[in-house]
Amino acid sequence: MTPAGTVRAEDLKGKLIAVEGLDGSGKSTQIYLLYRWLTLEKFKVFFTEWNSSVVVKQATKKGKKRHLLTPTTFSLIHCTDFADRYERQVLPLLRAGYIVLCDRYVYTAFSRDAVRGCDRDWVRRLYSFAVKPDITFYFSLPLQVALGRILVGRPQLKYHEAGMDLGLSDDPYESFRVFQGRIKEEYDNMISEFGFQVIDAAQPVESQQEQVREIIQQRIDLPGFRWRGRA
Amino acid sequence: MSSKQFYGTGLPGVDASQLGGALVVIEGADGSGRSTQIALLKDWLERRGYAIENVGLRRSNLVSKELEKAKTGTILGARTLSLFYATDFADQLENKILPALRAGFIVLADRYIYTLMARDIVRGLERDWVKSVYGIALVPDLVFYLRVRPQLLVERNFQKNLTLDYWESGMDIGLSHDLFESFFEYQKRMQKEFLQMQEVYGFKMINGNRAIRSVARDLQMHIEEFLADYPL
Repeated sequence: MTPAGTVRAEDLKGKLIAVEGLDGSGKSTQIYLLYRWLTLEKFKVFFTEWNSSVVVKQATKKGKKRHLLTPTTFSLIHCTDFADRYERQVLPLLRAGYIVLCDRYVYTAFSRDAVRGCDRDWVRRLYSFAVKPDITFYFSLPLQVALGRILVGRPQLKYHEAGMDLGLSDDPYESFRVFQGRIKEEYDNMISEFGFQVIDAAQPVESQQEQVREIIQQRIDLPGFRWRGRA
Repeated sequence: MSSKQFYGTGLPGVDASQLGGALVVIEGADGSGRSTQIALLKDWLERRGYAIENVGLRRSNLVSKELEKAKTGTILGARTLSLFYATDFADQLENKILPALRAGFIVLADRYIYTLMARDIVRGLERDWVKSVYGIALVPDLVFYLRVRPQLLVERNFQKNLTLDYWESGMDIGLSHDLFESFFEYQKRMQKEFLQMQEVYGFKMINGNRAIRSVARDLQMHIEEFLADYPL
């Protein structure tokens, strides 16, 4: 019996592309544009977002709303969400030869959970069933610029988004600043460990997208992923 | 007092050696007499003036309802279900077990990580991975495994529910289309896992094929011994 997740990476016909970066780095815009491009070019492509499993979402929402989560349950419930999308969509589609695009992948958990105080090795082993992406784009931005993009106009920050559960500060904006700074540190430390493809997210949107597409064309044999048999 | 520790990395910010109380776990299949024995133990201990907290699987504030729904409706993958249960466990560990131990309670756990680990391993998840996930768990002071012949389990399950439970029969694994056959095969595999774990984790095997009172007496004897060695 083979459980989901133990398929060898080299047996996967598909390609996995992930984007990571701070809130405000523009990664969601970039992966959206990437998705549009691949779809319009008629490639087999699938897109999935962090924290979006229908089955698990209810519980995550409740936990966050009522502040029931500890660093450990926060970590486990997000991993449950990830596992559900992974077992039901990401892995089967990779086996079927799709290009799978992930808006945030395990590295989001690695950085957030570490900042919340979870043991780094424990978190990494928790997610060890997930295959490494073929390409992970890291949209890198100076902290002040990322903060500025989010904090302009002083929006309502969500409790966990601002890292308020860490007790860094009673002021959500100050908490957000410190929290994001620590997450950036975690991300930056992972660049060489996981071979992130760093994109300078301070550039205009379309030049970033151009670089992303170029890198993908260099590293993935795209024509092999075109739909066949149908016009 | 017994000195406590975690199986692995433990929980951020928690020093296990600072915990008091006692964690007593009863493991065993459905129909092994677990709940009956726990109810008896609770009476027995409370009569002696000990404060008791009960925990069990799928009883967390955080995800118990969602888990119940997931089990009846959409079929989740083995790993997702495993992690869902781990979340449920962690929530009870942090919000029920640890506070109770800090307050000097005896925590009676109606199953613990061993059932969860055995289920996962029987479903094909990697032993090392499962062990690592439950590195957050506290090592109990006592673990009892109520071992009951599968034939007797079947009788008791029919007596109680008039049917065999889908999950306790491992129907999700596809061992057999026949519920009855699947139940036996699944319970056999679970027992095998438990026997293996006994060596690693030092369970006290209790012959659960006997009358309720004989089993209860055994459990009380072990707990009495423990409390004599490690007064709370």
